[in-house]
Amino acid sequence: QWPYCRKRCSYCNFNKYVVPAVDEAAVRACLVREARTLLHLSQVQRWVLGEVSGWGGAGPFGTCLQPPHPLPYSVTSVFFGGGTPSLASPRTIAAVLEAVAGAAHLPAGAEVTLEANPGSAGTPRLAGFREAGVNRLSIGVQSLDDAELRLLGREHTAAEARGAVEAARGLFPGRTSIDLLFGLPGQSRDAWTWGLEAALGLCDDHVSLYQLTLERGTALAAQVWGGALPVPPQDLLADMYQTARAVLVAAGFRHYEVSNFARKGALSTHNLSYWRAEQYIGVGPGAHGRFVPWGEGGRSREARVQTLEPDAWMREVQSRGHGTRRRVVLSPLEQLEEVLALGLRTDEGITHERWGQFSPHLSLEAVFGVPGEAKDLQQQGWLVLDGGGLRCSWEGLALLDSLLPDLLCQLQHR
Amino acid sequence: MALAGRTAAWWARLRSPCPAAAPLCLPSWLPAGPVACERLYSSRGKEKLDMLMYPVESIRNFSIIAHVDHGKSTLADRLLEITGTIAKTDRNKQVLDKLQVERERGITVKAQSASIFYNHEGVNYLLNLIDTPGHVDFSYEVSRSLSACQGVILVVDANEGIQAQTVANFYLAFEAQLAIIPVINKIDLKNADPERVEKQIEKLFDIPIDECVRISAKQGTNVEKVLQKVIEKIPPPQCNTADPLKALVFDSTFDHYRGVIANIALFGGEIEKGHKIVSAHTKKRYEVNEVGILTPNEQPTHKLYAGQVGYLIAGMKEVTEAQIGDTLFLYKHPVEPLPGFKSAKPMVFAGMYPVDQTEYNNLKSALERLTLNDSSVTVHRDSSLALGAGWRLGFLGLLHMEVFNQRLEQEYNMSVILTAPTVPYKAILSSAKLIKEYGKAEITIINPAQFPDKLSVSEYLEPTVLGTIVTPHEYIGKIITLCQDRRAVQKDMLYIDERRVMLKYLFPLNEIVVDFYDALKSLSSGYASFDYEDAGYQAADLIKMDILLNGNPVEELSTIIHNDKAYATGKFLCERLKDAIPRQLFEIAIQAAIGKKIIARETLKAYRKNVVAKCYGGDITRRMKLLKRQAEGKKLMRKIGNVEVPRDAFIHVLKRQTDK
Repeated sequence: QWPYCRKRCSYCNFNKYVVPAVDEAAVRACLVREARTLLHLSQVQRWVLGEVSGWGGAGPFGTCLQPPHPLPYSVTSVFFGGGTPSLASPRTIAAVLEAVAGAAHLPAGAEVTLEANPGSAGTPRLAGFREAGVNRLSIGVQSLDDAELRLLGREHTAAEARGAVEAARGLFPGRTSIDLLFGLPGQSRDAWTWGLEAALGLCDDHVSLYQLTLERGTALAAQVWGGALPVPPQDLLADMYQTARAVLVAAGFRHYEVSNFARKGALSTHNLSYWRAEQYIGVGPGAHGRFVPWGEGGRSREARVQTLEPDAWMREVQSRGHGTRRRVVLSPLEQLEEVLALGLRTDEGITHERWGQFSPHLSLEAVFGVPGEAKDLQQQGWLVLDGGGLRCSWEGLALLDSLLPDLLCQLQHR
Repeated sequence: MALAGRTAAWWARLRSPCPAAAPLCLPSWLPAGPVACERLYSSRGKEKLDMLMYPVESIRNFSIIAHVDHGKSTLADRLLEITGTIAKTDRNKQVLDKLQVERERGITVKAQSASIFYNHEGVNYLLNLIDTPGHVDFSYEVSRSLSACQGVILVVDANEGIQAQTVANFYLAFEAQLAIIPVINKIDLKNADPERVEKQIEKLFDIPIDECVRISAKQGTNVEKVLQKVIEKIPPPQCNTADPLKALVFDSTFDHYRGVIANIALFGGEIEKGHKIVSAHTKKRYEVNEVGILTPNEQPTHKLYAGQVGYLIAGMKEVTEAQIGDTLFLYKHPVEPLPGFKSAKPMVFAGMYPVDQTEYNNLKSALERLTLNDSSVTVHRDSSLALGAGWRLGFLGLLHMEVFNQRLEQEYNMSVILTAPTVPYKAILSSAKLIKEYGKAEITIINPAQFPDKLSVSEYLEPTVLGTIVTPHEYIGKIITLCQDRRAVQKDMLYIDERRVMLKYLFPLNEIVVDFYDALKSLSSGYASFDYEDAGYQAADLIKMDILLNGNPVEELSTIIHNDKAYATGKFLCERLKDAIPRQLFEIAIQAAIGKKIIARETLKAYRKNVVAKCYGGDITRRMKLLKRQAEGKKLMRKIGNVEVPRDAFIHVLKRQTDK
């Protein structure tokens, strides 16, 4: 996780820091050290390391691990998130990737994604990242309308965003993703349809569409809740979402997760591993991880969080090799709850096989195929349980958060 | 309606020692002067007092009555101080008000008594100060306190002048034919205008100006003169020690160690330990364990004699055995019971439920203990599908209800859900079948679920009150409009001086139970005062309104209301419910209905999108917590048809609404 940004966006409540000068060498050394420590803890060299999610805008960097497997394991993907990881130098990216490769097996084809902001994504810079080992870019376009970008507090213009995407597509053809936001205060249905069309004309094979979430503590939320900006009506948001789904599917995209669309198989390996509840290591300030710390004799999956504040995190890494602030052992039920809540976000849902890995004794049918809430939801057409597993219907996916409490209730009663 | 903190008065006495009461335990109440008295207490209070020292002629029984904050408790403090009943310290504030709630709100809830020894012109007098609660909710308590008195001190604030409660209290004393000593307090204040107040008293109460005593209870100015007036103007009780025992129970409290402690006034004869006594009301027989006076703590005496006021402990186990107004007499020497016995009549009902059903038993025991000291609260078990098991409680008024709730919280650490208050309606049945079923033609309805259909009823009745409002004249217009909105009928309007008006209105009680007082206070910038008294029942066009969710009635939201108010109330409830119920997977019709007729409707649309946009590594823990809380919440949902309603939605709709 690269926790630094040049500017605070009006809607963002991530763990990010806007500081005048970053001692990049020190941060780099700490990221490298923490990556080594945690990879050792997870004993990923004995199996597959999922990913390093990393520096985006201002956040952690992580690695995804796969569950124990008879074959030599390896890291399946690395993701630099943030913050704004494209503000870090390619050298830092390279150093972290070298550390990962040194501590675990990092196959040549493993997905290595970097989140980039249009303001720090010129062709030379992007080429440097490619040189360092990055093979996929996720660009925070957010909007192709200058007024909307100003409202969001973004530091780039629509033209700059276009430039960045074109540059990225040149360097990472078929492996460039764009992020778009909808549901901005005052945004009309037409404005969104136009924005979507414009984005379709620009994008590569992967699009992430996020409904703007007003987060407490952000400038935008304060303006909306204070009455200075209008609250987007629920029904308009639903319309915008359904419009986008229809338009993108018509353009050949697969709607493979609530907010993610891909064509030509360009799904994000890294993010899929989150939703499939695989193992991952979080490196950097505020990074989250989920893995079994075999290296220190652990046998249970743990939820781990690294220290939020960068300076404190660095001190901890320097003194004890990692900045893990909190570790919580997840009970078998809690693991299943996560499998359910995350897996149902994808179009494939939860396969019988995956469920079986977490619940060897109680099948999906045994939990959700019996009379109860889940059965009702299936009859109402929101949910499907069949040979492929448990998943949301097309209509049900948009209502997942209304389905989950019922499903969790039913799971807890088993 | 949240009665402002300063607005009240109430009841209850804590028997447990409390720090504030500690100085009262010492015999420092001895008169400093006359040596003659000293020998009575030579053993520093350990030896019992001989009350024979105080024959009927030297006894004065009186109360202080006043509008709230006019200085009743301060005057009581000063009277106790200057007579040496309590030590003179600057901590003597509301000495007789022992409850936390009394001190916080500056009100008196439970009447307390204190016997004062005072030497005037060489004669030792026994002055029994019988404290009264100040608010109309407790007028029943006021009247029973007054029944033990021969006179009252009527305190009026020199700045605020006569207020609504002053009027109500005056008439209580006047009707009881008591001597009235008008006292104008707070003359030390900058804006004090005692002349104006004297004129008001003369105009309204027909008391000559020269009979008013101007004092400052806070500074002690002229308080001595009040004592002299008490001796001169209030007659001694008319009774005889040679007569058979006749004791009026005018209050009672419960002590966990000693059982019921009854406050008594002797209208004849004498009483002492070992006497066998009988209750005229219950016919039960008891043996007296202890008698004594209150100074203001209990001070055992050998005997009590005719005309005296004190306490009695006689093995009574429950406060209901010492009913207020009951007469006690000697076994085998029955007497004609004293008049005035009546049970307290609850005027306001509300459902009370534990916030968490697992707290039911704790709340039950807290209620039992609290009602031991307050027999005016009626308790019926009740249950609601939404709120679980609970009770329907009857209170004397809203303040009584608030105070009761506050005491539950403060003294028993109980947090409760209190539903919107309702009033006891009546129905005159016309259906022979129902009359047979109830065993009578007139029934009282305290729960909407029991509301009989119009077809089997010849007439519905609603309780009314006569409200007194005293206000500066500039607010009259707004107040009249407010009263008309509340279906009130003007009965009287009188300028008590050139700037102040007294209005009398007949109100349907249900129109004032919720928020009338707040509305009045807010439109008069706090200057208008209000008080009310029971005015019987009147015929009313009442209907039962149901609230439906997708056609299914929500039993706990049924209400009995006046036909004229149905539309507005129905609309309001539907809107409120719409805000309180979360969107669901299907559309929900929220309707208010009278019989089969729908009078208001709100539609809660179905969710079309409800899924969080981003869910990656960092968000999962927080996300899972939220989901699990929602899953937990599901278990507490009340299902009405297929609609899931969170329990707090009902609380939101049912609880008293201050922002209506």
